[in-house]
Amino acid sequence: MVDREEVLHVARLARLALSEDELEPMARELSAVLDHIAKIGELDLADVPPTTHVVEITGRLRPDEPTECLPREVVLEQAPAVSDEGFLVPSPQA
Amino acid sequence: MSGAEIELLELSAARAIAEIEAGSLSATELFALYRERALAHGGHSDGGLNCFTWIADVVPDGSRGPLAGVPLAVKDLFCTQGVPSQSGSRILEGYRPPYTATVVLRLTEAGATLLAKTNQDEFAMGSSNENSAFGAVLNPWDRGRVPGGSSGGSAAAVAAGLAPWALGTDTGGSIRQPAALCGIVGMKPTYGAVSRYGMIAFASSLDQAGPLTRDVTDAALLLRYMVGRDQFDSTSLKFPEPIELPQAERLDGVRLGVPAELLNPGEDLVGAEVEPSVRLAFEEALKQAEGLGATVQEIHLPHAPHALSAYYVIAPSEASSNLARFDGVRYGLRATDATDLLDMYTRTRHDGFGPEVKRRIMLGTYALSAGYYDAYYGRAQRVRTKIAEDFRAAFADVDFVVTPTSANVAFELGEKTANPWAMYLNDYFTVPMSLAGIPAISIPCGLSAEGDGGGPTGGGLPVGFQIAGAAFSENRLLNAAYALEQAIGFDGGAARA
Amino acid sequence: MPEPGNALHDSDDEGAARPADPASDGREAQEPVIGLEIHVQLATVTKMFCGCELSFGEPPNTHTCPVCLGLPGSLPVANARAVHFGLMIGLALGSELAPRSIFHRKNYFYPDLPKGYQISQYDEPLCRGGRLGEVRIHRVHLEEDAAKLIHLGASGRIHGSDASIVDFNRGGTPLAEIVTEPDLRSPEQASEWLKLLRTTLRQLGVSDVNMEEGSLRCDANISVRARGSNELGVKTELKNMNSFRFIEHGIRAEIARQVQILHDGGEVVQETLHFDPASGAITSLRSKEEAHDYRYFPEPDLVPVAIDEEMRARANADMTELPADRAERFERELGLSAESAQQLAFRAELGAYLEAALDAGVEPAPPAQALANWVGGELVARLEDGEDPADSPVPARALAVLVGLVAAKRVSVGAGRQVLDRLVADGGGDPVAIIEAEGLAAMDGEDELVAIVAAALEANADAAERVRAGNEKAIGPIVGQVMRETKGRADGAEVRRLVREHLGI
Repeated sequence: MVDREEVLHVARLARLALSEDELEPMARELSAVLDHIAKIGELDLADVPPTTHVVEITGRLRPDEPTECLPREVVLEQAPAVSDEGFLVPSPQA
Repeated sequence: MSGAEIELLELSAARAIAEIEAGSLSATELFALYRERALAHGGHSDGGLNCFTWIADVVPDGSRGPLAGVPLAVKDLFCTQGVPSQSGSRILEGYRPPYTATVVLRLTEAGATLLAKTNQDEFAMGSSNENSAFGAVLNPWDRGRVPGGSSGGSAAAVAAGLAPWALGTDTGGSIRQPAALCGIVGMKPTYGAVSRYGMIAFASSLDQAGPLTRDVTDAALLLRYMVGRDQFDSTSLKFPEPIELPQAERLDGVRLGVPAELLNPGEDLVGAEVEPSVRLAFEEALKQAEGLGATVQEIHLPHAPHALSAYYVIAPSEASSNLARFDGVRYGLRATDATDLLDMYTRTRHDGFGPEVKRRIMLGTYALSAGYYDAYYGRAQRVRTKIAEDFRAAFADVDFVVTPTSANVAFELGEKTANPWAMYLNDYFTVPMSLAGIPAISIPCGLSAEGDGGGPTGGGLPVGFQIAGAAFSENRLLNAAYALEQAIGFDGGAARA
Repeated sequence: MPEPGNALHDSDDEGAARPADPASDGREAQEPVIGLEIHVQLATVTKMFCGCELSFGEPPNTHTCPVCLGLPGSLPVANARAVHFGLMIGLALGSELAPRSIFHRKNYFYPDLPKGYQISQYDEPLCRGGRLGEVRIHRVHLEEDAAKLIHLGASGRIHGSDASIVDFNRGGTPLAEIVTEPDLRSPEQASEWLKLLRTTLRQLGVSDVNMEEGSLRCDANISVRARGSNELGVKTELKNMNSFRFIEHGIRAEIARQVQILHDGGEVVQETLHFDPASGAITSLRSKEEAHDYRYFPEPDLVPVAIDEEMRARANADMTELPADRAERFERELGLSAESAQQLAFRAELGAYLEAALDAGVEPAPPAQALANWVGGELVARLEDGEDPADSPVPARALAVLVGLVAAKRVSVGAGRQVLDRLVADGGGDPVAIIEAEGLAAMDGEDELVAIVAAALEANADAAERVRAGNEKAIGPIVGQVMRETKGRADGAEVRRLVREHLGI
């Protein structure tokens, strides 16, 4: 059901490296799970609205009032790579 | 252990609080005892259960507040400022957040003290706690078997008397199922009743924090201080009434509904075969309930058999998005010597996530991707609507829906790891309530037959009985569970030896 | 209310302005079709989903918290004022305010996106439809801004690759995204319309709308088609134009590029393009990877926004009079010419000054158009660029007095200008006092003027002859001499009349 090409495509979307010997098992496992899930395709769900929100309330808006920010040292404390002032990353290619 | 210590261990949290308030027990002493036991039996080695990822190095002073300084074990995924909060994952190994989860803050403000962080399936994805980056957790009833998951560490710790009570999270059954497999009480509240702020997310529309305790009274006590609206969580709700400690002795007039589709699925429906021991214990519990004045009838939840499928679309989809933040930029693991940005992303995530997490990220990404959204995510959200409707209709006829919590007792380590769907079937009875957002509790109702498991007594393994109620019915639910619990009289002492 | 349009390029031509310009390089058979996507940073105090204060130019990573850093376990909570500003924008654009709108997650990976998704709106936006000037609005929605990437280039490298620093101060700033229908037909029209939008938003007070600071950003969707056709060509998206001039140049360059491709028999490829203002070059931004699949799904951490009567009333209450409405009112109530009305309505401070002058109740009363001419002409010329006349040395009342006197011919236009110069130079004053002190009052009786005219004609007999003979221009020196003699107190038009009368022509 899910072939190697699709696995590569999805892995790319998810920014997940998969080695050559992880590809086949992943394709197999995903296909097996999707096979089971496919049963929901047989249900008649016309006119049934999706549950986009479990909690049936609206609003929950916050007043536009400032709260305390984190000190920079704390923000950068656990960064894997950091310069004086910010998080260091390899530059994205254009 | 001394006789005195053994007595202390026998105290439930509620009774310990009473004694501390009466002056006959010191909170510090209690904490020190539990801490010692945690260090001795909670680790990797020497028959340890491996249920902890961090144990407090300091015994805090004194007692205060309604929870009187009684120590609490907290699942790894709750952010606890300055203390490792890793959600069982290599990608967050050693991560110490700069803030604390609201629910943990509320409990510590009420007087609870942080004893330890508990081991769990990575990112709360699993039903056996075999998916942790920090090793599997063992079931105190039989160390060759799983404690259930994802809150396996919390369940094992409470069952083994290494913590008086613990916090866990339940997304598809991750509190209830390990509670069942470990012979303790575990409860998932109404969705929105407890704040999710500071809980490292798995599936946003399903995750809920809840108590794992020795008895229903302790569960109610902990829940009382957990519920309530939080300004930092837009989906959190005001609980309409305070949580009371249960007192019901009988179940007169209480109508219990057993869903036909789940207990006896036709061959064409996805189902989990209920082990004979479990079915037996379940039916005996029903008889106990009838003895207390309850009536038992069959009800119908026509879409419940599809709940597992809907869940295994919705949860991985939300998870694939929630876990995108683990990219090596700001915290956590970053792959070494990345040659460029893409390499950094893909190798970090490859190295940092375990196989089950990768599977679910892939599944979720696929289900949300262009061309598949309507067939999978869109559809699953509609199935969810029907399941919620089914429960609402059922609650017009009965007060509670009851099922075995799990189709099987604790299985052996490694038994189900080869086949993802076989593992997912562990959630068969718990997932429908998660999708509907309704509260549900698991209480131990007996042991499987002799010879079904090794165990310290050579006897059986715990079976869990699940009771689910309508949204915000926690007080009535706790009372029903309490009455039944008293009647059943389950003794979990064997696991604490 | 115009029907809300469909997705950007599905609508037909109804309601679009008729073309003003031919294609820029003379290939008149092709017509450009342009739509704009504008991002506006809202002038709230705090970010869209957390309480961090907005900042500009602060040291990096000093305005952040677990939410806008995307720390594990953090959750968003929507800013009420951002929603309020969004509603005001909708009202200003004549949009329909959705009774219920929801947030969606837009999923993709980039270092300036801490959660790996942006919280935005997808198919249930805050506002739909509307119109501003000649352009229909497709939708307005709310979202959060990305953080800032600072490229280090050669000064900082990681393992052989260039490095960047991420600064999360900006991350989470509330944005309103305004998408138009493809109703624009030329680069100039696009630039002008964008200025109208900017003025409107500035007067609303919802944003600083400053392109240099990044609080107003604009991308263009451009396609071409045969003139007269109703079908739409393949469109490209042009980004990175951060001034009105660059927007005009960029759009013009892209139109030319597309026209050339079609002329050469090729096909335009749908892609995202980057305009380099320095070189005028247009390059593809399409990365080596596939196009983004954003995997939109409703944001489970936020609940829907429902617009109730109270929110609508509060948005209405905060609405200021918008430029287009004020211009129309000036024309209608004050009888101003369309041009004057536009000029004075679109700079709020000029319009306010005009109204203050009219309300001063001076006698003789200055006519509205005369006052408008003086405010928009003589006064503005004497002020700094963009200076508010209310801050100038010339109070509105003083100008009203002056213009009243000029209109009543008690002082000539020329003398009036001199008075204004004095007011500005002296940092204030009383026009009546200045007129008296300088002796600038208009000529009292005609006799005095007639005498001076006669004298001037005698002194310039040759010129007088040429005028009599039909040479209009020769009247200049004669008039000039009279004006000098009268120190500008005479009215130029009156002098000419007298000269011609004297000459019997």
